[in-house]
Amino acid sequence: MKTSFVTLFYKEVLRVQKVAFQTLLSPILTAVLYLLIFSHVLEQHVEVYPGVRYTAFLIPGLVMMSVLQNAFANSSSSLIQSKITGNLVFVLLAPISYWEFFAAYVLAAVVRGLVVGAGVYLAALYFAQPAMDHPLWALLFAILGSALLGSMGVVAGIWAEKFDQLASFQNFIIMPLTFLSGVFYSIHSLPAFWQDLSRFNPFFYMIDGFRYGFFGVSDISPWFSLAVVAACFAAMAGFTLALLRSGYKLRF
Amino acid sequence: MFPAVDVRQVSKRYGSLQALDGVDLRIEAGEFFGLLGPNGAGKTTLINLLSGLARADSGQLSILGRDVAAQYRDSRRLLGVVPQELVFDPFFTVRETLRLQSGYFGLRHNDAWIDELMHHLDLTDKADTNMRRLSGGMKRRVLVAQALVHKPPVIVLDEPTAGVDVELRQIMWRFIQRLNREGHTVLLTTHYLEEAEALCGRIAMLKRGRIVALDSTQNLLNSAAGCRVRMRLSGELPAVLAPHMIERVGEDYLLALSSYPALETMLMQLREAGLTVLEMSLQQPDLEEVFLRVVGKA
Ligand SMILES: Nc1ncnc2c1ncn2[C@@H]1O[C@H](COP(=O)(O)OP(=O)(O)O)[C@@H](O)[C@H]1O
Ligand SMILES: [Mg+2]
Repeated sequence: MKTSFVTLFYKEVLRVQKVAFQTLLSPILTAVLYLLIFSHVLEQHVEVYPGVRYTAFLIPGLVMMSVLQNAFANSSSSLIQSKITGNLVFVLLAPISYWEFFAAYVLAAVVRGLVVGAGVYLAALYFAQPAMDHPLWALLFAILGSALLGSMGVVAGIWAEKFDQLASFQNFIIMPLTFLSGVFYSIHSLPAFWQDLSRFNPFFYMIDGFRYGFFGVSDISPWFSLAVVAACFAAMAGFTLALLRSGYKLRF
Repeated sequence: MFPAVDVRQVSKRYGSLQALDGVDLRIEAGEFFGLLGPNGAGKTTLINLLSGLARADSGQLSILGRDVAAQYRDSRRLLGVVPQELVFDPFFTVRETLRLQSGYFGLRHNDAWIDELMHHLDLTDKADTNMRRLSGGMKRRVLVAQALVHKPPVIVLDEPTAGVDVELRQIMWRFIQRLNREGHTVLLTTHYLEEAEALCGRIAMLKRGRIVALDSTQNLLNSAAGCRVRMRLSGELPAVLAPHMIERVGEDYLLALSSYPALETMLMQLREAGLTVLEMSLQQPDLEEVFLRVVGKA
């Protein structure tokens, strides 16, 4: 494999590891807090799938939410930090192609997403033990979803010039899309209008497909969700690569 | 043989600002070349175009025959750049920084050379110190080491001694001069004219994106209004020489001569006036004069 790609990927992973408290531990704690609060409030009142405790239903959604948010956070914050402190020049001066650059940042985002996701899952097992009918489906959606969000993070990190611009990206795009994707409920429990709207939200397909990996039940066929998520990733990757190739906001 | 650096008709705009305007420049392999110019002249922009940090609007740039756009992988491997800004990655130690930089350039096992670099730059005892904990001077040394991890034949230093103490400047120059002797081409931008004068074989002066002077350091110095003569005479300065006088320093006269042959004429005129020279010294022009003259008028 290309040494420059491997090194850039390794550097990104090393960065995560050096600040593991912020990048790994803190998001796991956040997810566990969500789990505690929502399951405490809703456990007695809601049964989304027959025979599945609400807490158990909630776990895959929370795991996937953590996977997606952390994948996005990883590439976007690493890039903006490197841009603001100026040390991105070390990468830009090197003979690294735009697709090696893309692959390294996205793969590191996938790794961070999966590690946080696994951490949230393991911590959540203490509260409830959801089934795991099709682990490979779950893994597939986790990988594709984090790659999609990692790629979005690359775009956001390149576009943003200040940390608060990145924060608005996160607060006005990523957060609403995750919350409106059925992390905490099945979209069948929504009014028709919101159900229809949810179908335009790619996050819905990621969460629904991921949940299928656990319960073998989903709102939408996992194959259809897979096609949607894969198509979104392909489009996003194409866009990101074109942006990197153009040198937008990187090579002036 | 390809020139180490070849810049042809390169222009670059930033909005309404013409940062570089039809620049032509060839630096031969093995040269120690100086790029001088006031702030905002376009020195860093030219370096950014060479390294691929920026893209030219028109014209071609190549490093040892490799086009910086079409063959960027080759051209970047041939080039080592010490950036003007004191940048560093706060997550890593000195050794990690140098290992990562080696990896970016495709070098997996580079520890022997990294150790040697750290030794020459007096960084060995800081090898495992986090970059954040280093002083500015130490960070600058790491930047130099980073630029050299892949042993580039062409080395570019963008004002490497700005704000650096005398001791470090000495260490750096000894090291860079050694690299130049070993065959590396060096392109240096600096504000310290004595530095360029002492180190560079050839110099280009840049002003508002244009090259306004380009010659060997010696020729540039020679072109600077001949020389200055300070002398004490047995009597008053004759009227014919009055136009040359700059000032009177105590009993001495300070005269500016346009060239060395003018010295002969002056001595003849003194003899004709029946005067003898009691004391005399010649003062060499320095690069600062050339610089002010060229950059001032162009
Ligand atoms: N990225 C940029 N965007 C806009 N203007 C720039 C940019 N980079 C440089 N400039 C402008 O181009 C001119 C040349 O700058 P620079 O090459 O840094 O000069 P020098 O290194 O000789 O001091 C300056 O006026 C500077 O403000
Ligand atoms: Mg500059």
